[in-house]
Amino acid sequence: MTGAAVTHESTGTPPARPPTRKLHRFERSAIGGVLVREMINFSSYWRSTTFSSTVEPTIYLLAFGFGLGSLVSSVGNGISYEEFVGTGMVAMAVLFASAMPSMFGTFVKYSFQHTYDAILAAPVDTEELVTAEALWMAMRASVFGCAPLLVAMAFGLDPSWGMLAVPAINFTAGFGWSCFGISIAAFVRSIDNFGYITSAVITPLFLVAGTFWPIDQLPEWGQILAQLNPLYHCVELVRHAAFGWEGWSDVGNFAALVAFGLVGWRVAIHGMTRKLVN
Amino acid sequence: MPAPPAIRLRGVVKRYGEITAVDKLDLEVPPGTCVGLLGPNGAGKSTTMRLLTAQAIADEGTIEVLGYELPRESKQARAECGVVPQLDNLDTTLTVEQNLLVFSHLYRVPRRDRPAAIERALQLAKLTDRRDTVVEELSGGMRRRLLIARGLVHQPRLVLLDEPTVGLDPQVRQELWALIDRLRSEGISILMSTHYIEEAERLADTVTIMSHGSVVAVGKPTDLVAEHAGGEVLEVYGPPARLAEIETEAAVAGRRTRRTGTSVTLIGDHSSNGSELDGVRRPGNLEDVFVLLTGEEIA
Repeated sequence: MTGAAVTHESTGTPPARPPTRKLHRFERSAIGGVLVREMINFSSYWRSTTFSSTVEPTIYLLAFGFGLGSLVSSVGNGISYEEFVGTGMVAMAVLFASAMPSMFGTFVKYSFQHTYDAILAAPVDTEELVTAEALWMAMRASVFGCAPLLVAMAFGLDPSWGMLAVPAINFTAGFGWSCFGISIAAFVRSIDNFGYITSAVITPLFLVAGTFWPIDQLPEWGQILAQLNPLYHCVELVRHAAFGWEGWSDVGNFAALVAFGLVGWRVAIHGMTRKLVN
Repeated sequence: MPAPPAIRLRGVVKRYGEITAVDKLDLEVPPGTCVGLLGPNGAGKSTTMRLLTAQAIADEGTIEVLGYELPRESKQARAECGVVPQLDNLDTTLTVEQNLLVFSHLYRVPRRDRPAAIERALQLAKLTDRRDTVVEELSGGMRRRLLIARGLVHQPRLVLLDEPTVGLDPQVRQELWALIDRLRSEGISILMSTHYIEEAERLADTVTIMSHGSVVAVGKPTDLVAEHAGGEVLEVYGPPARLAEIETEAAVAGRRTRRTGTSVTLIGDHSSNGSELDGVRRPGNLEDVFVLLTGEEIA
């Protein structure tokens, strides 16, 4: 059947196509391709992102750590309030570096730029696309999430070996948050609705996260809610990484982040498939 | 054993709620040919294109692309086929070359072949000296050429062109026609949707005319014209009232007409009935065929 039915005479060299191999459900090269796209794009806007992700924690640290910190001497266990806030803000930085850009980025890419239409016309499935986007956001969050820690160090936080685990913690939490962001983008009808999500979902998360004040000062319902809050588990892990691990409790915290990531991942894939393939 | 058709659709139905976008569609693209999918906006052309990349899933019927059964084997089919969408979805903040690089990854061009593949695509699109230009700064015609080159970076056997020249200047359109004609001459199978009659007449080996989601006629452009519009048609100009009169008279005489803006076109043999109408004789064209078959204006 070679060369059958070529109705037009060849004017140039006929395309010498390499044989196509059998493609699998999850292809490293599909995920790699989407990541390459994000990385090239990132090279054009990394400065502004890096600027805001370092300047913001610095300002928060100055405001809370030194402003509020002058009223609060210590939060117990010999941890100063600046150190408490500096470590707590890592989880916040991760959230802002992953959930927000995923929400807006996903919406812009499918709704305005139609980027996802282009990618899905290539041999890439929604599953791979969503996975790659979440991985990329997680990588970013992993790096940018360290900024508050470095700022806090500049203001006197003592480095510790446990802190080397922070990028991994950030990555896990960032993956979950970016899947959360993608899911939101897949289910809202208009970009204006993101306002509801930030005010009604994300901001209240800080009430029961232990970022700026310890969770054990909250009433019991607040402590129960905190257990359901991925932000809280991230805060706990980072703080324990800096000031000393707490055994099984940290295993539980990490397991909570992994579960958050896995559930978010499937929900995001489901939502985006519904949106992109119809 | 003959090569399988590049595309084969059988009884394909696609509904969106109450709307049936594609209704029992049969379509075949023989290997190495260019098939034009002709129809007005809303005829189901774009939905058909999306079905072929499994970005839409058919409710009924079977779809085969390059011998692969869709949607089950769609990923494999997409690896061997190039898609040029109607909507420009280039990465506007990236350079020409970066856009091609990203898609050489997505289309699994092996690492060692990537530089050559990108070079070839740049040449094809005549954008070699614009490789470092950011897409935002390209003209409309250049963007469309890049969009086509992007879909060819992996040397596909089949190319899906969805309205490849919509919204472009006539001159730019002709440039693109030359590019598409070159692909055709290289033996690449092409399915091209368009609502420009001239585009279909020039580039397509066969034309499938679609209306309301299904096929109303299939054939070579010249055959379709000969069969449905005859050799020559008569175009009569006049004030609206006069045009209405002519239409009535023609209907009585059993002749087919169509309104073309400021004129009425009378189709078929007009020497026989002794009509004294004064008008311009011109060769029948696909547009006449289209309007006759569907009752719809196309432009």
